[in-house]
Amino acid sequence: MSRKSVQLKIKELKTDIASIKDLELNFGRLVTETYAEEPMGPTPFPSVTALREWDHKVLQRYKPFYLPYCDVCCLCTFGKCDLTGDKRGACGINMAGQQSRIVLLACCIGASAHASHSRHLLEHLIEKHGEKTPIDIGGVNVKVEAPITRLVCGVKPKTLGDLEEVQSYVEGQITQLLNATLTGQEGSNLDFESKVFHAGMMDHVALEVADIAQISGFNFPRADPEAPLVELGFGVVDTAKPVILCIGHNVPPAVGIVDYLNTNGLVDKVEVCGLCCTSHDVTRYSPKAKIIGPISWQLRFIRSGIPDVVVIDEQCIRGDSLLEAQKIKAPVIVTSESNCLGLPNRTRDSVDAIVSDLTSGKAPGALILDPDKAGEVAVRIAVQVAPGRQKFKAIPSLEEVVEGSKKCTKCNECVRACPQILPIMDAVAAAAKGDTAKLADLYDSCIGCGRCESACKVDLPLHSFIVKSAERVLKEEKYKVRTGRGAIQDTEIRNVGSPIVLGEIPGVVAFVGCSNYPHGGKDVAEMAMEFANRKFIVVNSGCSAMSAALYKNEEGKTPYELYSGAFEAGGILNVGSCVANAHIAGAAIKIASIFAKRNLKGNYEEIADYILNRVGAVGVSWGAMSQKAASIAAGCWRLGVPVVVGPHGIKYRRMLLGRKDREEDWYVYDARTGDKVFVGPAPEHLFATAETKEEAMVMIAKLCMRPNDTTKGRAIKLTHYIDLHKRLYGILPDDINLFVRTELDIPITMKEEIHKILEEKKWKENRIPDPTLLSRMIRKRKEEA
Amino acid sequence: MATAEPWQKAEVPGPTKALVITKPEVVVAMVKKAKRPILIVGHEAAETEIGEKKLMDYAIRISEAGKIPLVATAHIVGEFIKKGFQPAAFMPAIDIGNRLVDPEWKGLDGNGQYDLALFMGLTYYMEWILFSGLKHFNLNLKTISLDRYYHPQASWSFPNLPVNDWAQSLDLIIGKLGGE
Repeated sequence: MSRKSVQLKIKELKTDIASIKDLELNFGRLVTETYAEEPMGPTPFPSVTALREWDHKVLQRYKPFYLPYCDVCCLCTFGKCDLTGDKRGACGINMAGQQSRIVLLACCIGASAHASHSRHLLEHLIEKHGEKTPIDIGGVNVKVEAPITRLVCGVKPKTLGDLEEVQSYVEGQITQLLNATLTGQEGSNLDFESKVFHAGMMDHVALEVADIAQISGFNFPRADPEAPLVELGFGVVDTAKPVILCIGHNVPPAVGIVDYLNTNGLVDKVEVCGLCCTSHDVTRYSPKAKIIGPISWQLRFIRSGIPDVVVIDEQCIRGDSLLEAQKIKAPVIVTSESNCLGLPNRTRDSVDAIVSDLTSGKAPGALILDPDKAGEVAVRIAVQVAPGRQKFKAIPSLEEVVEGSKKCTKCNECVRACPQILPIMDAVAAAAKGDTAKLADLYDSCIGCGRCESACKVDLPLHSFIVKSAERVLKEEKYKVRTGRGAIQDTEIRNVGSPIVLGEIPGVVAFVGCSNYPHGGKDVAEMAMEFANRKFIVVNSGCSAMSAALYKNEEGKTPYELYSGAFEAGGILNVGSCVANAHIAGAAIKIASIFAKRNLKGNYEEIADYILNRVGAVGVSWGAMSQKAASIAAGCWRLGVPVVVGPHGIKYRRMLLGRKDREEDWYVYDARTGDKVFVGPAPEHLFATAETKEEAMVMIAKLCMRPNDTTKGRAIKLTHYIDLHKRLYGILPDDINLFVRTELDIPITMKEEIHKILEEKKWKENRIPDPTLLSRMIRKRKEEA
Repeated sequence: MATAEPWQKAEVPGPTKALVITKPEVVVAMVKKAKRPILIVGHEAAETEIGEKKLMDYAIRISEAGKIPLVATAHIVGEFIKKGFQPAAFMPAIDIGNRLVDPEWKGLDGNGQYDLALFMGLTYYMEWILFSGLKHFNLNLKTISLDRYYHPQASWSFPNLPVNDWAQSLDLIIGKLGGE
């Protein structure tokens, strides 16, 4: 498909017309074979700096606001260096440079986790099915099957083997990006930020490689709006059966389990359930599997004693998962080179020998790097140990909670260790008097980290106290979630492309990422339904897709049952696991391609400019926690999609904020004339933390506005923004004048009150341009007219 | 010099830590000395109870007594208005933080950047990280935490206080600023 790193050196060449000495030419990559439908854009397989100009243009408007974790840098032996204020470290770096460097590190970690995941999947699937296995993620409904890959790399992969080239490119770029974080390497914070964007873009390519490979190789739902509904929650597991718990993100071992159950007629005799994204993906393979919940359910579910065997793959695994499993006498099988937990490699041992050692208690667990063998071992162990284990719990009885609480010394260390600053000590004091209701009240907001227990000076199992006290709530945790559907169909894009770009569908809101929520996952369900009711398109993935299910109406119906699973106004979709986030970015790209007929092939800058100015999409990572969430967000920033994070997200240490009070920041070119036109702060921010759910909802509605909105579309968007603001803030917004471009933008039902504001603010009518930040997109310059 | 521990114990900032407000008069003196003070109030002010009052009642009294413009963050501007108080502005906490590090910002009233920012009512972890941003990127700005817990990233902060001591300190500040 392409060749990389071409180098030509000429030491000395003499001809009749010239002589050349020490000529050296380097080409990052030569694309030698490609698809013919589109002309090649300017940046196929872009190098680290190929899109730097675009990045700097974006960063000029959305400037970084750095929020350091601490005053020092401790990354090398020069240090620690105090970087407070305007000080510089021994290497010469200042605080802005250091913070952007840390952001780049985080994004490299996130991107490498996804790229390693896609590498693991790709190698496994090629080994299993062959490199000529066709990529098929939606049959005739999905012709643009790899929009991110087409856009970034300029190639159209047709088989699993074709993805190798793309995968190798991503790995090479991440290595180069990580290199920039070396002490004594990059020194400019803005160039670090450009590299952050590049890491994010690499992350998106890796996500796409992983998900299109696994959809094709494992026959996951193919862009199916009616993908099956599966069970979700602590209470959905049939504890009378042997239970296998899978944790992580890389699904092949879970597939191995399901295959072994199918082959041996055990499907209805063993429960397979999962935590985090592996659970999404195993339900995409077998809808009989069950989802327990997001990552924060790990401690509570293991300690419940329900799992008879714990199978761990990669990403978002607790470092103490082996210790926790040992507390309930459940054997552990680790299956990934990324996470071996100190267990011996038994990959080459016989299944019988491994099963014997783990069921007898001779060994607490094993590393098995063959997913099929891991599957067989897991099933056989579960079946053998379940009767003897009798769901041995590590959760105390209520009496033990009360008695244990009496040992509390009221030192407050638990509260001061809690990320949520929950009033644990007061709840324990009440429990000591026999009232466990206050402990139960903490359950919804508890993120299950266990820091309270680590801090407790008398070693009370405080998280278990909370879980036990809320046992009744736990057992009622029974919801439905639609299995990850995968991509968005081309026909769906055709249907909504126009109303999205013109603004008549008020926006696409994507709830993605982890479960580090300030007040529990139900906030995600509430926000998702609010926007679906307002006819936004709501797209979910990962742990947020699970949390979006945490609601029941009077009839017991959950959001995925109440709302359409199609990419249409008012739909609530689950695309799948973390790697399925590729389909959300992909949908934005496909709007540019399918609806607007823009070329994708190696044409990143133009498409990002299109999305920033026209596609009212917003990512929301309400519980963003890991570096993976950072790299996914970074991919969105470069693509022109703003991201809102919850209050914990401020700890990513850098926001990208526009300034609506600086008029000069909000001019774009009118591509028709070349004039510079004021378009208002749309979108106002590229990366912002919201302090409360209410603030987030208003921010989301506002961030969906785009310069290209038609007057009808802008009026609809303004209606939602103003209506939410009035309801949640109790007053009208104070910046309406910045978003009204013409009289026709004003929502009819609000004309009187808005006119009053416009008069006060001395508003002047403006025009709606054909917006672009790229001067090369100007079709007819004024002087040429 | 008095010392204090951060309320969230892992929040260890580095060499530069907030000076501890052992006497509320320090706050009064700093407000009086400041040419351009500003008070930023987060959403917890509408939830936190101090006796029969809310923290936002104290915020209003401080703003009025010290003639300090008050910026309401998150969604609580309506709560202030319900109490008959009009904040000088409302905006997300990150937006006011971002403006406070811009040397060219003209302020809410067009008269220039502020030299003293008092904070109260933000979630602890949001507030300390905002203090950190301000500490590093506006060397001309002093920051004060009026919250109950020690904020090491501020310039000045109360230590971790029992509710009654905190309320007394706030009352004293309000009184000394000439308020009721």
